[in-house]
Amino acid sequence: MGICIVLFSSLSQSRSSYIFRILNSTGAAERMTKLSALVAAVSLLPILCFSFSPENPTDRRVLVLLDDLSLKSSHSIFFNSLKSRGFDLDFKLADDPKLSLQRYGQYLYDALILFTPSTDRFGGSLDLAGVLDFVDSGHDLILAADASASDLIRNIATECGVDFDEDSSAMVIDHKSYAVTETEGDHTLIVSDDYIQSDVILGSTKVESPILYKGIAHSLNAANSLVLKVLSASPSAYSANPSSKLSNPPLLIGSAISLVSVVQARNNARIMITGSLDMFSNRLLRSGVQKAGDSNKYSKSGNEQFVTELSKWVFHERGHLKAVNLRHHKVGETDEPAIYRINDNLEFSVQIYEWSGKSWGPYVANDVQVQFYMMSPYVLKTLFTDQKGLYHTSFKVPDVYGVFQFKVEYQRLGYTSLSLSKQIPVRPFKHNEYERFITTAFPYYGASFITMAGFFIFSIFYLYNK
Amino acid sequence: MVGKTEPVNGTTVKQQQGAASMSSSSPNPSRSDLLTSTSFSLKSFKLKTKQQELLIRVLILGLVYILAFITRLFSVLRYESMIHEFDPYFNYRTTLYLTQKGFYEFWNWFDSESWYPLGRIIGGTLYPGLMVTAAFIYWTLRFLRFAVHIREVCVLTAPFFASNTTLVAYFFGKEIWDTGAGLVAAVFIAICPGYISRSVAGSYDNEGVAIFALLLTFYLFVKAVNTGSLAWSLASAFGYFYMVSAWGGYVFIINLIPLYVLVLLITGRYSMRLYVAYNCMYILGMLLAMQIRFVGFQHVQSGEHMAAMGVFFLIQVFYFLDWVKYLLSDTKMFQDFLRITVTCAVGVGGIALGVGMASGYISPWTGRFYSLLDPTYAKDHIPIIASVSEHQPTAWSSFMFDFHILLFFFPAGLYFCFKRLSDATIFVVMYGLTSMYFAGVMVRLILVATPAVCLISAIAVSATIKNLTSLLRTKSKTAATTSTKGASGSKASSKASLDQSQPFQKNGAIALLFGAFYLLSRYVTHCTWVTSEAYSSPSIVLAARGAHGNRVIFDDYREAYFWLRQNTPPDAKVMSWWDYGYQITAMGNRTVIVDNNTWNNTHIATVGRAMSSYEDEAYEIMRSLDVDYVLVVFGGVTGYSSDDINKFLWMVRIGGGVFPVIKEPDYLVNGEYRVDKGAAPKMLNCLMYDRARGVEIGNKDIKLEYLEEAFTTSNWIVRIYKVKPPNNRW
Repeated sequence: MGICIVLFSSLSQSRSSYIFRILNSTGAAERMTKLSALVAAVSLLPILCFSFSPENPTDRRVLVLLDDLSLKSSHSIFFNSLKSRGFDLDFKLADDPKLSLQRYGQYLYDALILFTPSTDRFGGSLDLAGVLDFVDSGHDLILAADASASDLIRNIATECGVDFDEDSSAMVIDHKSYAVTETEGDHTLIVSDDYIQSDVILGSTKVESPILYKGIAHSLNAANSLVLKVLSASPSAYSANPSSKLSNPPLLIGSAISLVSVVQARNNARIMITGSLDMFSNRLLRSGVQKAGDSNKYSKSGNEQFVTELSKWVFHERGHLKAVNLRHHKVGETDEPAIYRINDNLEFSVQIYEWSGKSWGPYVANDVQVQFYMMSPYVLKTLFTDQKGLYHTSFKVPDVYGVFQFKVEYQRLGYTSLSLSKQIPVRPFKHNEYERFITTAFPYYGASFITMAGFFIFSIFYLYNK
Repeated sequence: MVGKTEPVNGTTVKQQQGAASMSSSSPNPSRSDLLTSTSFSLKSFKLKTKQQELLIRVLILGLVYILAFITRLFSVLRYESMIHEFDPYFNYRTTLYLTQKGFYEFWNWFDSESWYPLGRIIGGTLYPGLMVTAAFIYWTLRFLRFAVHIREVCVLTAPFFASNTTLVAYFFGKEIWDTGAGLVAAVFIAICPGYISRSVAGSYDNEGVAIFALLLTFYLFVKAVNTGSLAWSLASAFGYFYMVSAWGGYVFIINLIPLYVLVLLITGRYSMRLYVAYNCMYILGMLLAMQIRFVGFQHVQSGEHMAAMGVFFLIQVFYFLDWVKYLLSDTKMFQDFLRITVTCAVGVGGIALGVGMASGYISPWTGRFYSLLDPTYAKDHIPIIASVSEHQPTAWSSFMFDFHILLFFFPAGLYFCFKRLSDATIFVVMYGLTSMYFAGVMVRLILVATPAVCLISAIAVSATIKNLTSLLRTKSKTAATTSTKGASGSKASSKASLDQSQPFQKNGAIALLFGAFYLLSRYVTHCTWVTSEAYSSPSIVLAARGAHGNRVIFDDYREAYFWLRQNTPPDAKVMSWWDYGYQITAMGNRTVIVDNNTWNNTHIATVGRAMSSYEDEAYEIMRSLDVDYVLVVFGGVTGYSSDDINKFLWMVRIGGGVFPVIKEPDYLVNGEYRVDKGAAPKMLNCLMYDRARGVEIGNKDIKLEYLEEAFTTSNWIVRIYKVKPPNNRW
């Protein structure tokens, strides 16, 4: 599998760079109007190949769908931070009739930002299944809803393991940790600092100031094992309609309420879902924050750092691992055998690299393990690392024959999950590989030779002794 | 073919004639002229009677040899030169491997493509005789510059060995009765459906060569007993070795021969000839058999082989007693000595067996052996054995189908054998009776009984016709010559009534001869018809008669296997019920989870469980076995009856045997097995049901959550499903 990936990536890389060079030279040289259409169409190709590959996992082209183009300016800080990191943002209205994620079977974008809480239907060919297929083919998604969340948005979230509060008028209310503002509001602008403890997802610098949040609550589907709560509400929060009196106990309360959740799918597509579109807005990014009952007043909310760092994670600028060159061979040899014999000593190695956003660097950890697996792991060994990305170990093939697999299953919070396996059969001894003369068998050898000699003597005696 | 039985009768007459006093040489020249009409012009080279007889015999044997071969070629003519059934595909695959990689690679072959993920040590778990034989023929032909393909060799191995069997049958018949019986036996066995069923061209299975080896071993052993010659005994040991290398049925030999020896000992027929024959055959045969890896030390360690060892020691005791008797002149002393010795010997033997059993050194009888002795055993204890259709008890109709008139000649032959009891006839009687019993227990063992039935019937036919013709020929003779050989009635009465009933008796003899001729010709017609209609179907290609009587060929299996070969990744794992395992590996070249070598019941039960569970449970099992594709056989559209739903109850039983979660009553309605709308609820929801007949009846709209259809053959017989990867976002 590892080899497969390497092969594919090197192939696509060489091909893409080759086309890129040719097209660049021709495109720069002449800008004839007749040709430009053609060039534009064709030049999509290299971008397409270059943009998102296993070799260069960071997203490049991002489609931003908006309900209203005014969001472009009201959330400009967030968008500008993306642009400054090299992303190519393509803003479109959600009901744009030409909306399409793919053309000729190729995706035009690497990531999708859905800031369209109230959209009931997307324009063009895009629909719920289209978005899910986009994710299932390995692309990323940021989805932000708010109090006006439509069924479409809710359904997308549900398919990703996140259930928004069914009461469409409900918002997260917190009468204890709300943000202090000039006017005593309905406490829907809440403050939270209950983040997930992961440097990979939220970056190594701690988010100092709390996060301002105004939006709806969601909960995680217990059946989904991949969804994670990144920011949860305080224990005193609940989800209800702020303008009406609470008649029934709210369904979602306390820290069961998730404010921001992420999913890392099995194909390593990353999804971020939040019930607050406002938390990306310039207003909340810039505003100071003071938690109720807390004298600490922060001049700037943690939102900017939070959404920036989280978007880095979602767009694969961080926490992306690759494992290549899964190799094994007998001790003292270098070639990979087609089959092992029981009790062979073998050496196993794999290289694991981490993507830093620009280049691959070695991944250093002491908890990578390899399994020698046939229905259950027969050998489970922690790999040693040389700090340069190479992980290696050596072990003895168990005294069991069968079709084994070398398995590296590495799942760490925030990192892409590595799941490599390589099949290798293990055979028993051949007939001539057993020990030839066994000391304990000498009586038997002796007995057989004595019998032979005895028979010989007896024959002579019998024949010639009348 | 009708004409072929005639000369046999003719020769028996002639042979008897020659054996007689030769006084009646007058009809001989005319008859021989008739029979050797081909060399009519060469009257100057007129042969002597004995030479003529030899010539005719060789001619007949040659024709029978060819007949045995060509009657098995129906399948090749009708379909194509292909391997049949299930097991032969494994044999073919291993033979291919043997010819490509050589003997040592074959011997040490660890096959990682079957029984995933356990793998199978092929070299140590098969009987290599067949493969080595085919490879040897192949290499010989290659050496002689015949550019044959190994498949052709494999297809024609069984007919070739069937031809050889006719020769052995001839010699065997000659050994136990006379040349006439030998010739009749050769003809019978050449076309007997019970044997043809396992030796048509393309049926490349162990039995094909094993019956030859079986009969050869028996023949050589009887010859050794008759002559007391070490050389024949040695030859029979080698015959036994070949048999062991070819088929697991060798256990029959290693039990029948001791039983035979025991009977001879009890009936007071102990002789030095027997002592030499048995000792040499047993010791050398045992040592040789140990060279087969699959058999190994079973001869000294397994319960099934203990009878032979016990008889071996017993015969030593007999020898010892004989010697003592020779030394002791006093009969009373000898009687006492005999009593003490026999008691001690039996006691020691019993204690040794008991200790061996208790210490686990001697393994108890296997289930298969038990199921032979007790037909109900397998049904209660080993569903995997009972699930195979050829392990079912035999129906009367199949006896009739496979033996036809031999079934009636068989008791008659036994009568003749008892009339002329000798060491050899005792053997063939015992062989006939035991194998008939086993044939009644399991359908497939009709095969083992066939040579015995043919031999004994041949004795009956040969002896009867000989008697009848002698009656006809001795019209001018005195009554005394023929009366001793009267076919019916006691000697005294025939002697008394012969004179006055002579004309009537002659007419009766003519009528009986015609009757025998009619029966024999019916037999030939029946055999040919059975061969052409029933036993020449490859079962991998199905043929059916269409509405207008035209032939419809369903080649769905090969279509499906070819699809697997072309469209799936090389390391894909295919799950199917074990029947199709060999074919998938041989033709589809893909890894299978279980196959026809049912060595691991748990593994099969796991697959049975997967097949009979709800889809989500089955999915877990399939994930744990890394299954990529599921292949099921579906007979709903074409009405093909032996599909997976038919086998489904066995999946439940086998699965339930290991995993008590699977309970048979859950799948039954009021004790009945139904697949229509009235089927049990659990039945309707299990994985197997979903995919085999559900489209048609009972549960109509089936949505598979974890599987998706990958391929369906043109007649919908084989359907292949792909196991989906786990949900991306969950």
